Amino acid sequence: MVKLYDLLMKDYRLKEGLNACINCGTCTAICPAAEFYRYDPRKIVDIVQSKDDEEIEKLLKSDMIWYCGECMSCVTRCPRKNAPGLIIMALRNLSVELGYFIESEKGRQMYLLTKDLCSNILDYGYCVYPRRFDYEGHPEAGRVWEWEEKHLDDVFERLGGNLDGGGPGAMRKIPQEDLDQIKSIFDITGATARMDNVAEAARKKADELGMTMEEFSKMVYTASDPKHLNH
Amino acid sequence: MIYEGKQKIWSDYQKEIPDDHYFYVRSCIRQSFFPASEATFLDITRNVLGKDIFETEHHTTCGGIAYHSDAIPQETVMTIIARQFALMAKYGYENYVCSCITSFGLYCETMETWREFPELEAKIRENLWKSCKLEFAKPKFLVHASDLIYKYRNMIAAQAVRKLVNVHTGEPLKVVEHIGCHYSKMFPSKGVGGAEYPYVLVGMIEAWGGEIVDYPERRHCCGFGFRQYFIKGNRGYSLSNTHKKFESIEPFKPDLIITNCPGCPYFMDRWQYVIAESTGKTYGENGHGIPVLTYEEVAGLVMGYDPWDLGLQTHQIGPEPLLDKMGVEYDPAKKYLGKNGKDLGNPIPCACLK
Repeated sequence: MVKLYDLLMKDYRLKEGLNACINCGTCTAICPAAEFYRYDPRKIVDIVQSKDDEEIEKLLKSDMIWYCGECMSCVTRCPRKNAPGLIIMALRNLSVELGYFIESEKGRQMYLLTKDLCSNILDYGYCVYPRRFDYEGHPEAGRVWEWEEKHLDDVFERLGGNLDGGGPGAMRKIPQEDLDQIKSIFDITGATARMDNVAEAARKKADELGMTMEEFSKMVYTASDPKHLNH
Repeated sequence: MIYEGKQKIWSDYQKEIPDDHYFYVRSCIRQSFFPASEATFLDITRNVLGKDIFETEHHTTCGGIAYHSDAIPQETVMTIIARQFALMAKYGYENYVCSCITSFGLYCETMETWREFPELEAKIRENLWKSCKLEFAKPKFLVHASDLIYKYRNMIAAQAVRKLVNVHTGEPLKVVEHIGCHYSKMFPSKGVGGAEYPYVLVGMIEAWGGEIVDYPERRHCCGFGFRQYFIKGNRGYSLSNTHKKFESIEPFKPDLIITNCPGCPYFMDRWQYVIAESTGKTYGENGHGIPVLTYEEVAGLVMGYDPWDLGLQTHQIGPEPLLDKMGVEYDPAKKYLGKNGKDLGNPIPCACLK
């Protein structure tokens, strides 16, 4: 059986991100996530460095690897040139590949993130598309966004944008031939297979919990157990 | 701030920024929330300064937001990036300028990983040909759009109609600068001024007459955190980080915050609104918030652009106190009008925030 550590080491982010951690905790001290969540990147790097497969498996099935915001503040400050943020990304990637992500509340969020962000890219060529950014789902976007959402075409026209228009410009309609190339990239590089696998794991989990996909999606979007928080 | 120490750091981190001829790629977030900022960047560089900044409709997202939300594999994002670079070469360019900070950081990471692991570069080259039939290429120079405005800051100052000065007191405006995390935290040498005290926005503010104010949490993330914002249950992370920054900024009473990342001005603007509406706390004067502007918006103001052409009406924090201090003339009745004066109504007023 292939060791989880060996699988991790195939990831270029781990090759780049893990040199020799001295467990000083500088990464945890600088980490915005460690202030908000019960989170300690130092501990994660230490577990990976230990090569203990049992502990690594627990990590891959836990909430802990999903607390990081990938700001990479840790990278600048590490005195040994490690990149805990990159190590986290490699752990998340393996957790998704092995289907372990579905075991934790924060990991399950991969279902909505993969579905929504990938469909924005494949349908429009953008990670974020304003017609899919609704005030109802984002009340913090403010009354001004509520107004913009109602008048999106007019606001873009007023501000020199080109929403869904031909030719270059802000939020232009990206030609189908280019979207076809992006789809081809997804197919060749494993993104399409990942989307399918994540969706299938989510369907199985929803069944297991006795939920419809709509109920499951709503739970994944809003759930936040206070156990995650520092305060 | 202790200026002499910063000057030493800044002198250690200088990057070469070619003067002209760039292939331009847009930002998903800046296009969605600040389309006028990208329009202003292109107007200043092309029409005012006469530079060659080329854009094609065929470029797409770099995939960075999906990648940093862990939704697509590394090989996918690298191949999308290779496609962007291939388009640059196809149109005859070798200098690449991007509007997005997430993209900029990811381009730097990708180029560095390819340099360190040539077999991966070879794999991406093969992927690109299989999927798009495009020839692999890499930029000779890679810069962020704020690097270019920094490069042109004195040319902009020479054509400015006003300075970042309070016209009522004659004092320089106090400005806080906030740098997007992915600008230089991963690769300090790729950013003007490095990672600890980046100079890219400081240089603009100095050239345009303002005064930079330092504060303890200047390096702290705005709190976007990708998945930490997109998923509703995680948004407390994002809000808490902005709150921490503003609590640290408050004693210094800045007139303005300038940013170079597309996401940061959105979060630092909107979370001020949420804090005000949910707790009654405001960080500006007399119930106002502190305006958070993009560097393109600040450049546009000093160059005399109409604030409503710059899109300042799409910020939740009203810019009027700043405009009044700068002596900018504006027509409040035109704030929310569409093109050719079309009536679009007004946003519902906030309960607490002025």
